[in-house]
Amino acid sequence: QGLLRRAVSHSVLSFASITGARRAIQKLTRVRVVDNSTLGNTPYHRPPRCIHVYNKTGVGKVGDKILLAIKGEKKKALIVGHKMPGPSMTPRFDSNNVVLIEDNGNPVGTRIKTPIPYILRQREGEFSKVLAIARNFV
Amino acid sequence: RMSSDGKPTKFQPPPKPVIIDKQKLGVERRFLSPEFIPPRGRTDPLKFYIERKDMIQRRKVFNIPEFYVGHILAVTTADPHANDKTNRFVGICIQRGGKGLGATFVLRNVIEDQGVEVCYELYNPRIQAIEVLKLEKRLDDNLTYLRDALPEYSTFDVNMKPVSHLEHEEIPVNKLQVRMKPKPWSKRWERPKYNIKGIKFELPAKKMKEAQKWSQPWLEFDMLREYDTSKLEEKIWKEVSEELKK
Repeated sequence: QGLLRRAVSHSVLSFASITGARRAIQKLTRVRVVDNSTLGNTPYHRPPRCIHVYNKTGVGKVGDKILLAIKGEKKKALIVGHKMPGPSMTPRFDSNNVVLIEDNGNPVGTRIKTPIPYILRQREGEFSKVLAIARNFV
Repeated sequence: RMSSDGKPTKFQPPPKPVIIDKQKLGVERRFLSPEFIPPRGRTDPLKFYIERKDMIQRRKVFNIPEFYVGHILAVTTADPHANDKTNRFVGICIQRGGKGLGATFVLRNVIEDQGVEVCYELYNPRIQAIEVLKLEKRLDDNLTYLRDALPEYSTFDVNMKPVSHLEHEEIPVNKLQVRMKPKPWSKRWERPKYNIKGIKFELPAKKMKEAQKWSQPWLEFDMLREYDTSKLEEKIWKEVSEELKK
């Protein structure tokens, strides 16, 4: 019941402050989709959750691919920011941000308004299309 | 005019008014950055002395301005992945941690409705410039509660112009009482252990009274927790200011 009281529709930003946890993204974490795709922005009674992290450890940091469950569908996504503090000089975001992606790496949306860390530029080969639609960098 | 013996006296001009210009007097504000003060422990003071020498050497090459928690800073760092290899971030300093060369400060800002915090190391050679945009102390030492406050209190314009501040004036204290988002918060800021004065608690009086249950009034009288740094500070201040003047 506590979850019902606090659960705001996930298209509003405030749901990110439901738990005060500061962890990276792993299975069953609720994430916030940051691009302007319809799949990410239409409201649904359940927030998008991570169901698998494509990593040797099950913990996803910035630049890792994950599998999301959104609106009853499975979709791959790229992590662009998490609440956990990372190496110094890198930004720490107030919500776990994610960009929806296809299997070949093409982003689903067309614009990303929220700031993206510069670290992603290192892997320009894999993420060039995502970086191309990003507006702000931190 | 005639004096008492009848001879004309020489004209004595009135005394010139003496204008004391505090700026020229050079009344310096003594500010020793908190990372110079060694933490309490049984480590050899030689280690802190060597660290201080390195810190002073870095300060001679690169100017680290005086700043406190609550100041708005703009930091430019060298970033190999950025467009023009530099990365500028503007934000309010939430906390200063660490001692010695590992001293850090965290800047917070809200960009496009997304709260971003970056932890910078003061003595990292990647930092190219630190500018203080606004000098303003707050009521608390630690502004981490801004994460649970309404985002308007953490938004600062990225293209803000530096607000001028005279050298000899005291740093103004902003007695702003911040309004919070609805509970739950990341930490229970109403509890007395955080001792926060900068939040306008809109909680019912019953909750505030219940929070006082966790107060530990004996802590301030605990003699084993005392760490008097005044003499240490004097010694270190003399050492640091002499070295920096060379």
